[in-house]
Amino acid sequence: MTRRRAKRIGGKIGLAISVLILVSPALLFFLWMLSLALKTEVDNTAYPPVFFPTTLTLDNFRAVFEQNDFVGYTINSIIVSFSATGFALLVGVPAGYGIAKAKASASAALILVARITPGLSYLVPLFLLFQWLNLTGTLLPIVITHLVITVPIVVYVMVGFFEGLPNELEEAALVDGSTIWQAFYRVALPLARPGITVATILSFIFSWNNFIFGVVLAGRTTRTLPVAVYNTLTFEQISWGPLAASALLVTAPVLLLTLAMQREIVAGLTAGGVKGG
Amino acid sequence: MSHAATTVVPASNAAARPSSRNYARSYWLFILPAGIVVAAVIVFPWIFTLFMSLQDFHVGGAMRFVGLANYERMLSDDRFIWAIIRTFYFTALAVIFPTLIGVAAAVCFNKHFPLRGLARTIFILPMMATPVAIALVWTMMFHPQLGVLNYLLTSVGLPPSTWVYDSATVIPTLVMVETWQWTPLIMLIVLGGLASLPQDPYEAAALDGASGWQAFRHITLPLVWPFIMVALVLRAVDALKAFDTIFVITGGGPGTSSETLNLYLYQEAFSYYDIGYASAIVVVFFILIMAVTLVLMGTRKKAKAA
Repeated sequence: MTRRRAKRIGGKIGLAISVLILVSPALLFFLWMLSLALKTEVDNTAYPPVFFPTTLTLDNFRAVFEQNDFVGYTINSIIVSFSATGFALLVGVPAGYGIAKAKASASAALILVARITPGLSYLVPLFLLFQWLNLTGTLLPIVITHLVITVPIVVYVMVGFFEGLPNELEEAALVDGSTIWQAFYRVALPLARPGITVATILSFIFSWNNFIFGVVLAGRTTRTLPVAVYNTLTFEQISWGPLAASALLVTAPVLLLTLAMQREIVAGLTAGGVKGG
Repeated sequence: MSHAATTVVPASNAAARPSSRNYARSYWLFILPAGIVVAAVIVFPWIFTLFMSLQDFHVGGAMRFVGLANYERMLSDDRFIWAIIRTFYFTALAVIFPTLIGVAAAVCFNKHFPLRGLARTIFILPMMATPVAIALVWTMMFHPQLGVLNYLLTSVGLPPSTWVYDSATVIPTLVMVETWQWTPLIMLIVLGGLASLPQDPYEAAALDGASGWQAFRHITLPLVWPFIMVALVLRAVDALKAFDTIFVITGGGPGTSSETLNLYLYQEAFSYYDIGYASAIVVVFFILIMAVTLVLMGTRKKAKAA
């Protein structure tokens, strides 16, 4: 009896240590990011590195806003991610419903092929197209290319969600004489709210994080945040504090969203293996 | 895709309501708007790329049909061939490590313990964070003199590493970043599989006195194997087309020693503006990814049949 008990306690300790080992690379990384952003330049370039700073400063964040048009880039990112996500929901939610109901698995296969295609391969033709249409220098090309990410995510999540919903309610509505549009709008859509939440969050995050489309298509005034931060690295004098601060500012909304909506995000990612780009 | 076969309407039900089948045709209207968007931003680029791969075209220049010349050029393009070799080297490592760690992590996170939700959320933060942002912080940590990683190595008595500043260590280092970033996706997919497992076999095994490892090896592993394979295929695809972190951390360097196919493609398309050749690379790249996907799915089917 005591041996079994010792074994159980040993197992618990083993699990605790395993979880600690699994979590620490992520935890320590983000803490180090935070520490770089909050330390003075003297502390940041000290060797050995300063792990427990005596002074914390917000100067790095101030520098980010003073040296760059950070507010402008933030607005660009917000416009792009919200438009791309909004438009994807508008076309993607009905499409997910249609595919689920018509059992059109061929269109789901198309989404899967889109999932494995490298993002760059869309960019070569679309880049030429935007040049010929003289759209470069506006946010429109960036929004359009982000649809490459957001539309498949929304369709994919919604197909899975609508397939999981029971048919009875809508069929009852159809028997009572409503059109399929009404059955969708009045019956299925309200039930699908959790699925729409998941689709919205994932599509927003992967659009917000996207780098590759912006780095090719964005001009000086149309940079999204990831592109702007990358340019800080390459073109300006590198000091670690402001660099870490800008990196933190870019990714903070996504990290906070993940912490706040972890249940929905885990549900969405588990089912689909969704990834942008 | 794990939920591919869900609600199948029983035959009797369909027979009882013949009207429900008549709607199938009109459901296409729901798909149409998305279909147009997908045709414009996804299918059109595919076809256009195929067409451009047969042309000699630089941005700003004239277009000329050259047949398969762009494809022939690849055969003698050392930089292209090395990019393919490097891509496979990177992919092999960037599949093995995340899969091993991801499965182990899923087993841990499937158990009940205090703060499990929080621990799991912290664990998935790397894959949700903006890739450019994390790549910048990794770059700072790799700094040979001032970086925190070399300090940590030397403080436990190990020699400092050259990380991304040497052609011998650059790809393993990038694999480390990739593993850190994408192990969570494997963990989540496998965790989904573990959550769906029946409990009875474990109770029977416990009665028979099977050890934890035996139960894992002979019950858990065979049952979650399909989930592991799905995760592995997705990981392989994502590793083949990895871009953001490599581009930001090394830009393909030092020299071209971390230039994978995707980075080489970027150079040809947007540094040299050689659109014809870049399009041909896209076509070959796509075929490669498709082939790897099908081969891996084939082994999955074979493993199932055996």
